[in-house]
Formats: sequence, structure tokens, C-alpha cells
Amino acid sequence: MNLSTHTLRRSLLRWEWLLVALMIVVTIVNARLSPFFLNRNNLLRTTSDFMEIGILMLPMVFIIVTGNIDLSIASILGLAASLMGWLFMSGTNIWLALVVALLVSALAGLLNGVLIARLKLPALVVTIGTLSLYRGLAYALLGDQAARGYPPSFTYLGQGTLGGTGIPVALVLFLVLALIFGLVLHKTTFGRYLYAIGNNEAASHYSGVPVERIKLILYVVSGVMAALAGFILAARFGSTRPDIGNGLELTVITVTVLGGVSIFGGKGTMVGAVLALILVGLLRFGMGLINLQGQIQNIVIGLLLILSILLPRLGARLSAGLTWQPATMRRLAAAASVAIVFGMFFFWSRGLILTP
Amino acid sequence: MIAKTEAYRPPQRAWMQAFVKYREVGIVLILLVLVALVSLRNPAFLSLSNFRDIVLNISILVIVALAQAMVIITRGIDLSVGSIIGLTAMMVSFTIAAFPGMPALLTIPLGMALGAALGSFNGLLIAGGGAPPIIATLGTLSIYRGLIFLYSGSKSTINAFEMPAGFRQLAKGAPLGVPNLILFALIVAVAAYYFLRYTRTGRDIYTVGSNPDAARFAGIPMQRIIFLVYVISGLLCGLAGVLWAARFESAQTNTALGFELQTVAASVVGGVSTLGGSGNVVGVILGAFLLGIISNALTLVQISPFWQLAAQGLLILLAVVADAAIVGRVQRITSRKTR
Repeated sequence: MNLSTHTLRRSLLRWEWLLVALMIVVTIVNARLSPFFLNRNNLLRTTSDFMEIGILMLPMVFIIVTGNIDLSIASILGLAASLMGWLFMSGTNIWLALVVALLVSALAGLLNGVLIARLKLPALVVTIGTLSLYRGLAYALLGDQAARGYPPSFTYLGQGTLGGTGIPVALVLFLVLALIFGLVLHKTTFGRYLYAIGNNEAASHYSGVPVERIKLILYVVSGVMAALAGFILAARFGSTRPDIGNGLELTVITVTVLGGVSIFGGKGTMVGAVLALILVGLLRFGMGLINLQGQIQNIVIGLLLILSILLPRLGARLSAGLTWQPATMRRLAAAASVAIVFGMFFFWSRGLILTP
Repeated sequence: MIAKTEAYRPPQRAWMQAFVKYREVGIVLILLVLVALVSLRNPAFLSLSNFRDIVLNISILVIVALAQAMVIITRGIDLSVGSIIGLTAMMVSFTIAAFPGMPALLTIPLGMALGAALGSFNGLLIAGGGAPPIIATLGTLSIYRGLIFLYSGSKSTINAFEMPAGFRQLAKGAPLGVPNLILFALIVAVAAYYFLRYTRTGRDIYTVGSNPDAARFAGIPMQRIIFLVYVISGLLCGLAGVLWAARFESAQTNTALGFELQTVAASVVGGVSTLGGSGNVVGVILGAFLLGIISNALTLVQISPFWQLAAQGLLILLAVVADAAIVGRVQRITSRKTR
């Protein structure tokens, strides 16, 4: 095989193209499901459902590229929105409240960073701990109350559109931020350091990459972005409950990994992550069109996540020539039997409930 | 000669080495400090009935945390445990509600088989498909939770009055003087202790986690071991699902939502390293105890329920930091002296 066909093949087999292909499929299906889908205003309005996830995703891409993780983002989001709401309810000016909440979130991110980078504790464990801590603080602030009554100048952040164009403010904000994060990741020394850390942390440390400082910066940025997402979400709802954004971290990680960012670090592009965000957004919109419950939509997203991991491996195996070894057969047989046993029990038991 | 130098070893080094060898010592110290502080505020904390409450509360956590620990020892993680517990709790409750005459004990093998099937799907993805554990189980977390909704349809809750008394006694009863729930946890703990310490497969789990390359060269069937830990995890989650439904006398679509974080916390606080290869049953039980005592203590010293989540998170962090500090410091001292 000569070099040019090889590179051509590699660029055609890029993960991003698969995401684009899937997006086209989903768009066609959605358009057939509803004549209202391909309406410009409808499409623009639905993007606002995903902008918080998108804003949380940007720093998550950075963190996962370094081979770390941040499970506490949704809790920082909750803390920021609750603190802002609490301050506002106790008479503080909304913009002052916003600034204070932003600073506190940066501190929350800094605590993550200090524990992970300075004390060398595993990121997974630290952020599981701070996940409870920050969400708990949000509950401590608001209790079972909801903060509401935000002024229109603030709710504009989540509900408003730019002039008369119908383009949501949050979408513009996300696109600008995505551009900045993408440029930092792919065009700066800082971005190259992130990949270096993800590929081999010890080697990068010995070759002079300030690993500790970079990790600190990443977690602080993650905290600040989480706060920003919290403000947009609170502005969109027009109120804050302490459980705001609960569980979003899993969606964010799903989108990031679906975008081709390797959980082992060192791989992935910002374009891929943004494409995955749009794909998940389109999918959810389509499933909403056929009235699927949110939890059942999650089955599809979960399957997509698993396929996104298994497909490249299967592709590599297929291109190397799939051989029907006994081990392969056994594996397939095991998978089939699991599916059959599970499926049988499922319908057997349900059928019994439905027909008394 | 060698025997003589051994005899001249300074006495304090022995207990310091005990720290390094038995990481649980750190946790026991933290536990003792906590118990002392809380019982100063409220003497009722030290009563036998309160102790029984704590043990009852952590029984299910111990069962699932032990499974989680086995998975973490192989360098994996199982984020789908909460969803497996919820799904098996729902399925078993529907089944027992449809067949009230069925012996309640039968629900246990049923739940365990169901859990094992769900766990083996995780195992297939991870050992067979080579998917990273955190991603595979993150995916099955949403899939299994979604299946609960699909399965239960419009009926999202099964209540106590739909469950036969025999089933509810499964967790509540105490024919041997000790509540059944605690007995189940004890049996699982003893079995896990024996399995991890004295069986070939149990030792292999540590080898796979501490040095995968060496394990492969030593001819350990890596994929089979990794597959096995996810099946065991599913199996124990199935058991936990049955006990959960029996104890709380209900199964809902949000049963055990977020429970995975508690099991990971108990394992890690109990000294199971997320880098794989280390951890033991006693540590995990102590870790679960620490979490249980913390939440019990917070109620007893009358901290507002809204503060409990925050305090729990803070104490988990403190425990992890303190554990790391103690182990790090002692290791530094002992290594200096050996040099």
C-alpha cells in the first residue's frame, strides 16, 4: 500500500466523519418524523437545552485529555447557582451575587486542584468527595426552598435571543468559548502540554512541563465554567433549586468520550467533542418528537456511548481480518445467551403483570 | 549475625511497620477519634441499640462495597451498581407481587441470577470488547436505569402492601437473634475474605491489578478474571437489590440512585487503591463503617439534614487525606531508617 492511499484512508476513517454521518442520519429521520423539525427557529431554540452541557464539556475535554476526571462539575454548578440565588434572595444585587458565586466556584475548583495536583490524590476519589460536599453546601444554602424572582436582565442570559435574529445568547456564548478552548487545545504550547501529560505524566514532568500548575489551572477553569453553566441554567429556569443540574456530570462525560476523547488521556479533538454534543442534541430532539421518556432516551445514549468505544476496536479487528476462532465463537455465544436469558425474563415477567 | 541485627531493631519501628503493612490502622484511629468526639456530644451514640442501627444501615453498603472493591483491585470500576440494584429490586418485587405464594427465599437466587446476567454484560464489554471500565459501566448505568422505566411501564412504584409478609421478613426478621440483613452481610464478608485470601482465583485478582504484564506472562487468564469480577459484582448487586426491596418494603424507579458513589467511597476510604492491586475485606468493612458512623453521628448531634450531605463529603475527603498523610509519613520514616 502506498503512502497517499494510506493517509487518505486514515483521514476518511477519522472518528469525526462517523459522527457527521450519524448526524446526517439522525437529521433525516427527525425531518421525516416531524414537518416542524427543519424549522430554523425550532432548531435554534432546541440548542439552548444543551448549552450548559456544552459549557461543562469544554474544560472536561481538557481534563480528560490529561488522563484525569472531574465528577464534581454538576455539584459546583449547583453550588454556584444556589449561592447566587441565596444572595439574591437576601437582598444582594444580582450581578454582585453572580461575581461572588463565580469566585466561590473558582475556589471550589482550586480545592479539587490542590488535592489532586499537590497532594497527589486520585482525581476520581477526590471529585467523588467534593461531589457530595459541594452539592451538600447547595442544600445547606437553600434547603427545600427555591430562589426565584430574578430580574429580566439576568434571565436574558438563558432565555434571550440576540436582537431580532432568534439566535439564543447562550448559543453565541458557547460558540465563542468553544472557539477559544479549541484554539488553546490545538494551537498553543499549553494545549500540547495537555496531550503530553495525558500520554506520559512522569516523562512530561521530567522534560520540564509544569504538570502540577497545569492541573491546578485546569480544575480552577473547570470550576469557573461550571459556575457559568449554572448561571445560564438558573436564568433559563428563572429559578434555582438546590438540586439544579443534578447528574449532569455523566452526560458531560458521555458526550466528551463520544466525541473521541480517550479516557486514558492523550487523544481527542475539540471538533469531535462539539460534533458529539450536536449529535446527542439532535438525537434527544428526535426522541422527544416521538415522546420517549427522558430515562428511556438515556438507554439510547448509553448504547451510543458503548458503541463508540467498541466500534473502533471492531473496525481494527475487521481490517486485520476477522477469524472465527473458538474464543470468538464462545464470546458471541455468551453474549447471545445473556441477551436471551435477560430478554426472556423481561417479557415473561412483564407479560404476567399485564395479563392478570 | 543477621539474627543479632534483627534483635537491635528500635522498638517503635515495629508498630510503624504495622502501619505500612496494615493500612487499616489509620482508619481505625480516625474512627476512634470520631466516636470519642460524638459520644462526648451525645452519650446515646455509644448505646448498643444505636450500634445495631449503624450495622443495619451499612449491611447493604458492605455487600456492594466488597464487590466494588474486587472490581477496583483489578484496576476497574463499576459505576452501574446502583442501576443493577434498582433493576433487580424492581424485577424481583414485580415477580413476588405476581406470585405471592412463591417461597420468599427463592427471590434471592432469582435476584442474584438476574444481577449476574447484568454484570456479565459489563464483563463482556470490558473483558471481551476491551472497553475501558469507567465508560462501559457509565453506559450500562444509563441503560439499566432506563430499563427500569421501560420494564415498570406506567407503574413506577411497588409498595409494601403488594409484597407478601414473608418477603419483607427477609430483611427484617431475626430468627437467630441477629437481624437477617446483618447475617447476609456477614456471610458475604466471610466468603469474600476466604475467596480473596485463600483461593487461587482470588490471588489472581490481585496479580491482574498490581501488574497486568506479569500476570499475562505468568499465564493467568486475564480476560476470564476480569469478566469474573464484573459477574461477581452483578451477583452481589442482585442480592443487594432483593434485600433493598425487602428492607424498604418498596421498589421505585429511583431505588439506589447514586449508590455507586457510596460504594466507591467506602472502598477507597477503606484503603483499596484506585491504581489497582491492593485492598482487603477488613479495610472495606471499616470504610463502610466510617461512612455509616458519620451519617449516624450527624443525625445524633442534630445537624440539619440539609448539612448532612456536605458534612459527609467533607469527612470522606478528610479521611482520604488523613489516610494518605499517615501512610506517606510512616513510609518516609521507615524508609529513612532502613537506609
